[in-house]
Amino acid sequence: MNEIIESRKPPVATTGILGWLRANLFSNWVNSIISLFVLYILIQFIPWILNWTIFAADFKYNFNGEEIIDRTMCSRVLDPENGGACWAIIYVRFYQFMYGFYPREEVWRVNLSYIMLAVAVVPLLFDDFPFRKHFLKFTYAFPIIAFFLLNGGLGLQEVSTNKWGGLLVTLVLGCTGIALAFPLGIILALGRRSNLPVISMMCTLFIEFIRGVPLITLLFFGMVMLPLFLPEGINMDGLARVLVAVTLFQSAYMAEVIRGGLQAIPQGQYEAARSIGLSYWQMNMKIVLPQAIRISIPSIVNTSIGLFKDTTLVIIVGLLDLLGIGRGALADTTWLGLAYEVYFFVALVFFIFTFAMSRYSLYLEKKLKTGINIGAD
Amino acid sequence: MSEDSIISLQNVNKWFGDFHVLKDVDLEVKKKERIVVCGPSGSGKSTMIRCINRLEEHQEGTIIVDGIELTGNLKNIDSVRKEVGMVFQQFNLFPHLTVKENITLAPIWVKKMPKAKAEELAMQQLEIVKIPEQADKYPGQLSGGQQQRVAIARSLAMKPNIMLFDEPTSALDPEMIKEVLDVMIDLAEGGMTMIVVTHEMGFAKTVADRMVFMDEGRIVEQAVPDKFFNNPDSDRTKLFLSQILNH
Repeated sequence: MNEIIESRKPPVATTGILGWLRANLFSNWVNSIISLFVLYILIQFIPWILNWTIFAADFKYNFNGEEIIDRTMCSRVLDPENGGACWAIIYVRFYQFMYGFYPREEVWRVNLSYIMLAVAVVPLLFDDFPFRKHFLKFTYAFPIIAFFLLNGGLGLQEVSTNKWGGLLVTLVLGCTGIALAFPLGIILALGRRSNLPVISMMCTLFIEFIRGVPLITLLFFGMVMLPLFLPEGINMDGLARVLVAVTLFQSAYMAEVIRGGLQAIPQGQYEAARSIGLSYWQMNMKIVLPQAIRISIPSIVNTSIGLFKDTTLVIIVGLLDLLGIGRGALADTTWLGLAYEVYFFVALVFFIFTFAMSRYSLYLEKKLKTGINIGAD
Repeated sequence: MSEDSIISLQNVNKWFGDFHVLKDVDLEVKKKERIVVCGPSGSGKSTMIRCINRLEEHQEGTIIVDGIELTGNLKNIDSVRKEVGMVFQQFNLFPHLTVKENITLAPIWVKKMPKAKAEELAMQQLEIVKIPEQADKYPGQLSGGQQQRVAIARSLAMKPNIMLFDEPTSALDPEMIKEVLDVMIDLAEGGMTMIVVTHEMGFAKTVADRMVFMDEGRIVEQAVPDKFFNNPDSDRTKLFLSQILNH
């Protein structure tokens, strides 16, 4: 005789917060000790950092209520025992951190480009964005709009790129580098795997050369050597030269990442695509690349984050990105000695962008996993 | 090449490196003829049918499909592939596309068919293979037998004159083999020209007009099923049949 057994509740403390704690933090005595130790460190450290960065910190005024205009007025200089961070240096130089030396009366153009960047990028990132198709048209037009908006021309006053700086330079380099390197990397990766020996050799040579050279060398190359290769009379903008170097550098890495993804695509996918009559480009655009890129997402984001941080190297060739502006601020005698604040702020801005990128990649992986098993039969 | 041949292989030779896979292969297939190719593994049967739509390149001899000779000429290869559908052992569905998208892809991009029409066509093909209800799922959500039927529908959507089957049931669990074979039998009864590499001898007896037995890269014997199974000429064929039929 068979009886139907009713479902019972799970044993106590295997679900909910208690269950989670037990499974993840206190599953055995070694883990318990490590958990307690880490907890102790956090308890020591977090209140201190919160106090230093927020509660005891100066923003515009010091603890006497005076507006801070130089380092001697910072609470932590006046009272090293109790004073926290002196954010006044950031506050005073915020404009430089964001825009460099962009003329104040033209700065609306930068702000407008920042807003437009968000409008262009967000629909690109989320494919369930309402009216995405129409927004994407704007996304494609954005680089041209942004170029004229930031650089001038078409009736707008010209703002030379040597006045650009801070976050503006970081974003221009990061976004342009990533956006251009991606398609270039795809072409290089396909080229390297091409059956045509000339194409494959040229792509391989290019990739290996670029990968074998540090970015700094390429930046110098762009700054010093590139003008020598250009016809006489053509003077390439400094930022543009750096952009060329950054893009080439990034595209070589991107190519290798995408090639890794391409190698994971089973031969059968190519054969099936061929057998239903798709051409080489249709096969790649519709079948191979969508799968290969999906596999490479973590590495693509990884190299993109790498590039975003590598843009700080442009200081070597005289461009002032976010970190460059920070170092400039530290060299200012009125604010001497506030390195913690400046580096903390620069790090925080970089962290916001890179952390957003890595979260986005996680979101993408999770979303693409549903219902699709690449490589499963 | 005889008048009514739709596929003609003459003196075809192929090597993988030093290994001679196809040795002087001659095969004529008439319109609407159903050929079943069998033979031990490594005998070159898959390679032979893969040469017919140029997934493999032959090095000597001529292959003519529907009046078009397969050479390095890419245009010829493209026109042959439009005529010839192929079903693989591992299904090779596109995992990132839904069932419907798998089927509409080639009609939309190769034949430039409007999307709505291609979807209608896809649903017709899914009716033929008896799984219209799976249209919006991804391949990974289907059973092996269902996936293989989608693969057949995907090929059929290009309206090929010839269908090649490369061990279509070898990767399937036993209880799913029948559903795929049933679809193939329907197809054969509809008058499709078919070349099927398979070890399903029951299927071969039901639908084959002619059996082709290959061994070590050669076609050893060709015969109608009745003669092939009951009274083959070659000892090699007898040995092979005794091995796969008596277990």
